[in-house]
Amino acid sequence: MLTEEFEKTVEDLPKDYMEVNFGPHHPSTHGVFRFIARVDGERIVGIDPVIGYLHRGVEKMAERKTYIQFKPLVDRLDYTGALLNELCYCQALEKMAEIEVPERAQAIRVISAELNRICAHLIFYGAIGLEAGAFTPFLFSFAEREKALQLLEMLAGGRLTFNYITIGGVRKDIPNGFKSELEKFLSIFPKRLKVFEDLFTGNEIFKSRTQGIGVIKMEDAFDWAMSGPTLRGSGARFDIRKAEPYSGYEKYDFDIPAGENGDVYDRYLVRMAEMRQSLRIIEQAAEDIPSGDIQVKVPKVLKLPEGEIYYRNEGTKGEIGFYIISDGGKTPYRMKIRTPSFSHLSALGFVLKGAYIADAIVILGSFDTVMGSVDR
Amino acid sequence: MVWWLVFLWALLKLVIAVGFVLVTALILIYMLRKVMGRMQYRMGPRHHGPHGVFQTMFDAVKLLGKENIIPKDVDKWPYLWAPVIVFVPSLTIFALLPFAEKIVATNIEISLFFVFAIMGISTISLIMAGWGSNNKYALLGGLRSAAQMMSYEIPLILSAIGVVIMAGSMNLVEIVRAQQNIYYIVPQAVAFFVFMTSALAELNHTPFDIPEAESEIVAGFNIEYSGFRFASFFLAEFVNLFIICALATILFLGGWLPFTNPVYGTLFFLFKTYILIFVTMWIRSTFPRFRLDQFMNFGWKLLLPLSLVNIFVTGTVVLVVDNIRGL
Repeated sequence: MLTEEFEKTVEDLPKDYMEVNFGPHHPSTHGVFRFIARVDGERIVGIDPVIGYLHRGVEKMAERKTYIQFKPLVDRLDYTGALLNELCYCQALEKMAEIEVPERAQAIRVISAELNRICAHLIFYGAIGLEAGAFTPFLFSFAEREKALQLLEMLAGGRLTFNYITIGGVRKDIPNGFKSELEKFLSIFPKRLKVFEDLFTGNEIFKSRTQGIGVIKMEDAFDWAMSGPTLRGSGARFDIRKAEPYSGYEKYDFDIPAGENGDVYDRYLVRMAEMRQSLRIIEQAAEDIPSGDIQVKVPKVLKLPEGEIYYRNEGTKGEIGFYIISDGGKTPYRMKIRTPSFSHLSALGFVLKGAYIADAIVILGSFDTVMGSVDR
Repeated sequence: MVWWLVFLWALLKLVIAVGFVLVTALILIYMLRKVMGRMQYRMGPRHHGPHGVFQTMFDAVKLLGKENIIPKDVDKWPYLWAPVIVFVPSLTIFALLPFAEKIVATNIEISLFFVFAIMGISTISLIMAGWGSNNKYALLGGLRSAAQMMSYEIPLILSAIGVVIMAGSMNLVEIVRAQQNIYYIVPQAVAFFVFMTSALAELNHTPFDIPEAESEIVAGFNIEYSGFRFASFFLAEFVNLFIICALATILFLGGWLPFTNPVYGTLFFLFKTYILIFVTMWIRSTFPRFRLDQFMNFGWKLLLPLSLVNIFVTGTVVLVVDNIRGL
């Protein structure tokens, strides 16, 4: 953080800083994010973020497609946690059309969504390692993510974008042998998580690179509309799964991990703890999956009643929200998608002021942004 | 000897030295890939030759065949000479390293001093590359390497002084001979720690790979190099790895001892060196990277005082022991 003293000295200096361009094809800008940093030696004085390299006009496309046709595109927002996007979108529509989802489908949704959350957090773990300069954790985490992805592949057939959760349920039932594979994963994964934590959590170098870096106070976090692990890292115990339970999350027993200092290290710890909580949820959900249908009948061309809705879910990076205005037709009149990565990136200039270049990369990594959901 | 014979003899030595240097670099790159691969649940190279042993050779040949791109607006002299200069210290130091009792190309009286003097040159080439490339990442990398050198070079040299005091000589062969009874790693354990830590910084190795931090400044000083110029930086890094570990073996692990036979001596010397190299690779695949200012703190506030204390203690003990013996 920029101390006042430093700010004053910077004010006095002649304004001729070196401008360094990072991205859009920089190795650690998480896709195609670009920022132009004005640096004073190695210290960042200010940045100009440039987004839009992945803009696909998703919100406009929503207005031209029927609700069901649009669903596969939702996967492509935050593609590391595609199922969580689907879950939120489908639930928004279900709430508006007053469709009751069978309990079996709800449990399957929770299992798949939490598996997907673990996958996304594993990507974070690997990426923060790369950004801090360690290569091995990346490969470790991807080896583990592979196992989770194989489970999702059994369930949904896909590995990155699933199109699995449908309006009124899920597309396919649990296949034979899935449960035993899932149990195997549940028994092995905590041990692997221990290995992951051994590499970073107590490591002095990692601590010195992350503790006290990129500090966001709780008030600032709320002001910048942060959510998810980034907000919880700042100390707020706020999780939409608890605050406004959906899809049967109220039935499961889990904690909301939170940090204290709001630095990169706390955000890392929160994500590691969240993986354990996700495991707990999966365990409880998989214990007795209710029998029954996995889907209710939904008309081929879904028409929503006139009105509007804002529905939000806890995504992998924070609050995913769909604001849908319907004029009673087959397509929405307007759809606004709220993605956490966008809010987090908008705070980047504020957090990066006065940080070193080396810190900037780690801080950016600690937000775990996905450009697909920023640009939309 | 007639003059042309002298010339031929020198040329032969040179060819052998360069050949050994390049082969060593290739072996080390292959070793790094395999060691890191194993540590990351991967196989490493598999396809070319048994267990992929020819992979690095093919890579080198491929790099030789690549186009040498010279970007627009580079500062030509520094840019073109940097990859040449980076190899000078590596080759020169090889001439001074004793592999066994008799196997040493040039045996001068103050070889340790000379080695340290020459070693500093490699940083100059990094600064030249950073400056000449006309690239901001490269410039930052070059400046980082200059700042880093300030912090590690002094502890590196000071840590060796304890050994010099104990051996009473700056000649590398004499230093090894003086370890007949006990390897200096035991009395000079602190110096060994400081030496190896500074050595990792000298090599731009994890956790001190700050000048070429891939995730921050892409590749640092060598970002604008391609083809053989890039290969030269790459090979020099691995030759330096060998040199530093060989030097640590000579200073602290007793070189070729306990064998005096040149063949066994050389083999045992290489064995010890490769163990040290393995340890650096182990470190490389485990740790994250320090930040520059943290490393400077580390260098000036921990390594330097440690090495100074070590010199003081060593000097006092040696003085006292000598006096007792003299009585």
